[in-house]
Amino acid sequence: MKRAAGVLLLLVCGHAGLAQVPYKRIRDTAVEPGSWLTYSGTYDSQRFSKLDQITAENVADLRPVWVYQVEGSGQIETTPLVADGVMYVTELEARVTALDVRTGRPLWTYQHPMPENVLNIGFGRTNRGGALLGETFYFGTLDAYLIALDAKSGAVRWKTKVGDNKLGYSITAAPLAIDGKIIVGISGGEAGIRGFLDAYDADTGERAWRSYTIPGPGELGNDTWGGDSWKTGAGATWLTGSYDPELDLLYWGTGNPGPDWNGDSRPGDNLYTCALLAIEASTGKLRWYFQFTPHDVHDWDSNQIPVLIDLPIDGEQRKLVAFANRNAFYYLLDRKTGEFLLGTQYSTQTWAKGIDKKGRPILVPDKEPTVDGNLTYPSLQGATNWMSPSYSPTTKMLYVPMREMGSYYFKGEAKYEPGKVFVGGGERRLDGDKAWGSIRALRADTGDRVWDFRTPSPLWTGVMATAGGLVFGGSNEGNFYALDAVTGKPLWDFQTGGVIRSNPISFLIDGKQYIATSGGRAYFVFSLASGSL
Amino acid sequence: MALLGVFALLHGASPGIAQDSRIAHLSEEEIAQGERIYKAQCALCHGIDGAGGTGPSLQRPVLTRARDDAALFSIVQRGVPGRMPGSWLSENETWRVAGYVQALGKVETGDITGDVRRGEQVYKAKGCAGCHIISGEGGSLGPDLTTIGDTRGPHHLRASLVEPGAALPEGLLLITAVTTDGGKIRGLRVNEDVFTIQLRDAANRFHSLRKTNLRELRREFGKTLMPSYQDSLAPRELDDLIAYLASLRRGE
Repeated sequence: MKRAAGVLLLLVCGHAGLAQVPYKRIRDTAVEPGSWLTYSGTYDSQRFSKLDQITAENVADLRPVWVYQVEGSGQIETTPLVADGVMYVTELEARVTALDVRTGRPLWTYQHPMPENVLNIGFGRTNRGGALLGETFYFGTLDAYLIALDAKSGAVRWKTKVGDNKLGYSITAAPLAIDGKIIVGISGGEAGIRGFLDAYDADTGERAWRSYTIPGPGELGNDTWGGDSWKTGAGATWLTGSYDPELDLLYWGTGNPGPDWNGDSRPGDNLYTCALLAIEASTGKLRWYFQFTPHDVHDWDSNQIPVLIDLPIDGEQRKLVAFANRNAFYYLLDRKTGEFLLGTQYSTQTWAKGIDKKGRPILVPDKEPTVDGNLTYPSLQGATNWMSPSYSPTTKMLYVPMREMGSYYFKGEAKYEPGKVFVGGGERRLDGDKAWGSIRALRADTGDRVWDFRTPSPLWTGVMATAGGLVFGGSNEGNFYALDAVTGKPLWDFQTGGVIRSNPISFLIDGKQYIATSGGRAYFVFSLASGSL
Repeated sequence: MALLGVFALLHGASPGIAQDSRIAHLSEEEIAQGERIYKAQCALCHGIDGAGGTGPSLQRPVLTRARDDAALFSIVQRGVPGRMPGSWLSENETWRVAGYVQALGKVETGDITGDVRRGEQVYKAKGCAGCHIISGEGGSLGPDLTTIGDTRGPHHLRASLVEPGAALPEGLLLITAVTTDGGKIRGLRVNEDVFTIQLRDAANRFHSLRKTNLRELRREFGKTLMPSYQDSLAPRELDDLIAYLASLRRGE
């Protein structure tokens, strides 16, 4: 009775009375690859599963085990978490459901009462996931609350207002749980917010610190804004960052300056927008920053996943942060100091001749948005976007979900009004058959392309590499598939019947490897047909 | 079609609700600003003169989806889900564009010189119904033309007849597929994903193909199965046919 044994095991775990997911367990996921305890799998955000049961040899036998259908309208963009037999998913419209990971049957559902007039200015009504710490599940809402739920029952432990939604502040990103704190980023870059990154006490919900992404008067960098433009300078922190516990540093990307496409009112570099921030986790103090796109006028948020990798560069082992940016350049920085080590083009772009020795782009003249439209690559959504890349320590390649597309960029009026769109222009995409996507394998130490697996349209789905030598990915057309991590050759695929706009994960149930993805408004869990292991 | 529906996401968030219409108070200069924005951002689909293209003609006194000023403002800001993207325009800019669009509806086109009844006879005589449906009658290989007059202006209709490849509906793509055993299939793409493609050939037969079983997959951009009627129609027949097609509209 294998099944009964599983249930018994679950009960035993539940009775132990210990914190389900203490901080050390997340920090040491390397020794527990059977769970998926944080948004990107591990604090280094490599989104690499050490599970190796599913391989190039047997992946053809991968079969769906169960499907869970969510209610409501919109797009699933969540990364589920899996711990101790339970899968936690943030659904559409601020609902959280805990599922029995063996069957897909719901254990509890929490519905946040969302006000009808909630503002989501500049993005869809989405949620990308939650965080687990101790016996609590944490997630953010479109009306900018951070909510702590009892992981066993879904009951509310506390709710904290993070920002004022009437001014466009909102939460879509999964929070990041570290030792005793919940780190949460904010959305609202098209509403003229002043961006920040917050830390909250995991037990009480009290704010531990706030680190603004736009410096105030007297602070370093405030003079990179004209007049009062810093007040509405945006710099949202709308995607989950990474963490190096040894250095006590959080790595978090920041979004576009406001208004997006009309930079007239904000002369200067507009620090710290379109940048990577290294923030001390214990204090919230900014240790260093690196700005990818000074004075951005194309909405190329640097809200991508900073991937922490240790590799030799010029013969010297370095602690690195790798960053495949929306602006079509791939960067390597020293993650202790922020020192710029590499900046190289990895996708079609027409706006910069290259990156200079200090890491600053060398601009092509006349690529700013105009009233009549100015064709530039990449498009507003960038060479890549929020969907996760993945790094394999085996192949030493970074796998990046790509968007090969250009746009006509328009410049328009921009007048700040609280709670209104503050963008100053727009774009017209060259889409349809003029655009395409791919999963692109880059040598992590050089950014050189190794292979490209092409898809009919620019991707919105993340990827996951595994120790089984595979890379899992999806497509807008509903395909979920596995590629050979070395060659990019497709080895298995399944049509889910809906757009895939989330990141795959992997975990163990009773010692057997599973793979999960969304597809349309459903979750799919796969494992090898019995006997193929 | 499925390939087109997935991109409109970042545009869903224009909370501006029209209060009182400002169209009546727009100056000539403001209408001219609206025209400039229109030509940059709207003309690709609606035509440089508003006569329609892939999007509907706007040279109509009453727009089906925008019967009053408030609805027109709203549609310029928010678009039509799955069909037309919303804009990032400010309220002022939106009103100026709306003002220009409304002015387009008052333009007397004068482009339709043919006779609708004679055009209907041309349509029947030339076998158009073999590939096109009008009000439920005809073949289904080509696009349904029941309300083609709502979405295509006379310039676009003429181009479709004279040089069909230069005036293709969005997403229409002719494909030639050669299987590994040498079989050749030429047809219109019905759908496509990463690993498979679905086609309808000239005999309107459906083919489901897996890309790994193909030796060649050729995308024939700018081509179509529809022949040019440049030489097979007299100039007056062409004018009459355009008049007939332009008259095919949804009942008001």
